[in-house]
Amino acid sequence: MQKIAELIKKEAESLLKENKVTAVWAWQPGEFYYDNSPVCFTAPEQLDKLVYNEFCPSNLGKYLMAGSKKNETMAVFAKPCDTYGINQLIKDHRIKRELITVIGIPCSGMIDIKKIKNQGVKGIISVSVSGDDVIVTTAYGDKNFKKSEVLLAKCMSCKGSDYMIADKELGEKMEVKCQKLNPEDGVKKLEAMTSQERFAFWQQELSKCIRCNACRDICPACSCEQCIFDNQEAAVAGKASANTAEEQMFHIIRAYHVAGRCVGCGECARVCPQGIQLGLLNTKFAKDINEFYGKYQPGADDDSKAPLVDYKFDDVEPTISAKGVR
Amino acid sequence: MQKIGVFVCWCGSNIAATVDVAKVIESVKAIPDVAFASDYRYMCSEGGQDLMQNAIREHGLTRVVVCACSPRMHEATFRKAAEAAGLNPFLLEIANIREQCSWVHKDKEVGTEKAIALAKAAIAKVRFNSPLQAGQSEVVKRALVIGGGIAGIQTALDIAEAGYKVDLVEKKPSIGGRMSQLDKTFPTLDCSACILTPKMVDVAAHPNVTIYTYSEIEKVSGYVGQFEVDIRKRARSVKADLCTGCGVCQDKCPSKKTPNEFNQGLDNRSAIYITFAQAVPKVPVIDREHCLKFQTGKCGICEKVCPSKAIDYTQEDEIITQKYGAIVLATGFETIDLTKFGEYQYGKSKDVITSLEFERLTNAAGPTEGHLQRMSDGKQPKHIVFVSCVGSRDVSGRGKEYCSKICCMYTAKQAMLTREKYPDTDVTVFYIDVRTPGKGFDEFYRRAVEEYNVHYIKGQVGKILEQGDHLLVYASDALSNSHISLEADMVVLATAIQPSQDAKKLATMLTASIDNNNFFTEAHAKLRPVESPTAGVFLSGVCQGPKDVPETVSQAGAAAVKVLGILSKDTLATNPCVASCNERICSGCLACENVCPYGAIGGEEKTVINLNGKREQRVVSVVNEALCQGCGACTVACPCGAMDLNGFSNKQITAEVDAIC
Repeated sequence: MQKIAELIKKEAESLLKENKVTAVWAWQPGEFYYDNSPVCFTAPEQLDKLVYNEFCPSNLGKYLMAGSKKNETMAVFAKPCDTYGINQLIKDHRIKRELITVIGIPCSGMIDIKKIKNQGVKGIISVSVSGDDVIVTTAYGDKNFKKSEVLLAKCMSCKGSDYMIADKELGEKMEVKCQKLNPEDGVKKLEAMTSQERFAFWQQELSKCIRCNACRDICPACSCEQCIFDNQEAAVAGKASANTAEEQMFHIIRAYHVAGRCVGCGECARVCPQGIQLGLLNTKFAKDINEFYGKYQPGADDDSKAPLVDYKFDDVEPTISAKGVR
Repeated sequence: MQKIGVFVCWCGSNIAATVDVAKVIESVKAIPDVAFASDYRYMCSEGGQDLMQNAIREHGLTRVVVCACSPRMHEATFRKAAEAAGLNPFLLEIANIREQCSWVHKDKEVGTEKAIALAKAAIAKVRFNSPLQAGQSEVVKRALVIGGGIAGIQTALDIAEAGYKVDLVEKKPSIGGRMSQLDKTFPTLDCSACILTPKMVDVAAHPNVTIYTYSEIEKVSGYVGQFEVDIRKRARSVKADLCTGCGVCQDKCPSKKTPNEFNQGLDNRSAIYITFAQAVPKVPVIDREHCLKFQTGKCGICEKVCPSKAIDYTQEDEIITQKYGAIVLATGFETIDLTKFGEYQYGKSKDVITSLEFERLTNAAGPTEGHLQRMSDGKQPKHIVFVSCVGSRDVSGRGKEYCSKICCMYTAKQAMLTREKYPDTDVTVFYIDVRTPGKGFDEFYRRAVEEYNVHYIKGQVGKILEQGDHLLVYASDALSNSHISLEADMVVLATAIQPSQDAKKLATMLTASIDNNNFFTEAHAKLRPVESPTAGVFLSGVCQGPKDVPETVSQAGAAAVKVLGILSKDTLATNPCVASCNERICSGCLACENVCPYGAIGGEEKTVINLNGKREQRVVSVVNEALCQGCGACTVACPCGAMDLNGFSNKQITAEVDAIC
């Protein structure tokens, strides 16, 4: 990844020097080694701060929205998984395609620092990765891990190394090497429950929500100017919670609103400070859509109509019965 | 602060018997903003309307709620009355305390409680009503009739006779439809062609009618008064203006092995063909799939023999785009597929035929020139069994649950005519019930039984087997509660009818709704039977439900009158309850555009003022109010609530719900 970081820096430098774009979106170090954050570079001399390593999980696509409204030309570095979200934002008319330059960058999986910390590792100074070996340098000495065991959950169900949109690709494509997870497995477990069990599961899970809106802010499909939950005119905002599980309405409505547009990036679950398994809701919708209307991957392109807002003569017409939707 | 007037109707005893009207008045009077509340025996009467108008003037009411019957009954009445008293008509709301309350409850206490809740909901909504103004849209003075059977022909003729232009579109090469395939018609037994063909000629010759045969509807957009339709005129490969209809081409055509659709596949036709002798227009078409010239490049005989040089192998499909004020659907029917009914041996034995095939067998222009004979060996059948309700009133899931309505009568007709022409033929009819309501119908059926000695047996046929050169029919006799079997030379299946396969596709194009059986649904089963729920789209004939020729013709005339009601106006008032987009919060995802069935929404890049008061440039959705029908699909597809419906805003609906809960 170190090599890629150099390529990114060089590319950013030439884009800014040659005035091909007015801004470049990438990552910069945060307070700690493992909390790199998105940054917008507008001059070549700022690029010293640019960083790319196993701690750059966030998708930069959503940051292009503001510049797009001002008709600014922007470049963005995108891992393969990020390209789905960027396509979705283009399709939702939140980013103007002609304004942006997407540069695909390879990724071999991002590390979940919580998995390392959960093993009692403290005082982390830096992390170096070589192949499957992860050496964590701490104030108390080095600790060794296997990368395949400390990957982010979303990387363990990586969609692959192809870019859905890229004006240019840097470096060689990389694969995530680990025991792959199928996100639908969790949904199948839920489907096997009785409706009472499932209700209890969601009550328990969603009552943890503190409505910090991190899931909404990170989501490439949640890109409304103003969320319906913040819209006074819509008359759904500002209702007092009868109990903590009432937050489930927020999550269920959010899942409905992104159904057919959720690219399955898993960012909502990653950023949730309460560890709610939000991906399960979205995956259930995606699974049902695939079963009813044929396989559909949101964000794989930037112009197809999502099945829920498209009508065909041979569409299934699911009927709701006591046993569920069929 | 609003001054709301509430008027509670007794509807005689319709409401007052189950709802304590005085109690409703007492409850609503306690609601803030309610400045006036009164009850009246019949609010829709002149006295009731006067009461409302006086109260509006005297108390300076700014909003009105009428607690009465369904808004479908009297909303227009009360809105007109309110307007006459100086109130914008859209500041009035109806609380339906009859259909949705008094009629469905028996307990007065419960009924009263619900009536109060419904009144509260309407009051909560009306607070947020805003005055709306109906616009005007022009009417294109031309009608489109889809389907050239007797229904479409009659509708087109009636419209044309009234002096308006009408286009008649037929999928097949000739107009005439199913009626042209029939031999005789019940209950008068006159020849079907003899009464139909004059109408075909009339409609073709009428200066106000343009006929497009061998044509299909490709695309429909627009709205009542302003529909825009693309018609695909398929290539006939014959120049209609040169062709004299002499028929030499079809005589000389070497490719003669295509099942003849007009004769229900009982014989074959050539690749270039005229559907039937009285076809209108009498111009052949080349069925390119079976034409040697098109398939192999060799042949070209028709071109050589045509004395008028009318053959044109290079003809291409043509798209005709035309505007219409109103559209009539007259797409007719077909018989159901019998593959699921293996017990009848249909398709296995040539002597088991459908009743429509029987019509062709007995017709002088049919494959046997009207001689009743078996398709297997050409012998005249001596024992014929008619089976009614084949696939009709079927609860096994293989056929249709509904009654096809025409079968009892045509079965009686076919049985009677068989006995008339071939008195030595024994005819048995198996039936579940004999349903013959209609003028002269029961008398007709009784003649079949009493004068023509047709054996009617109440019972169902369970199985038919081929045995030697005849058929063995196993059936139940419900009256003697026994099983019987009898020999037959021919079995005629009164096959259920279903709407034409194109109905579903057309329904989608026209946003006209269809029921579970693909019949077009009417706007109101009793009071608006020829109107579809989509404004400007009307229904004629079997596409709306099974019916016979006289009923079809009456409905065709009724549909024409409804069309004339539109075409005779220069402008129509548009519905002001249309969608509107709040551009400040619209994100431009255009889910609304995708779900809009009327093509009324589009995305536009605009400079808008955002929620922070700053200008920015982005895509937002724009509603074409002339096209919008106010269905509200966009408002529910919109994730952020930017899209709202005038008169039914999210805020109004939520206020209603909050008032009830």
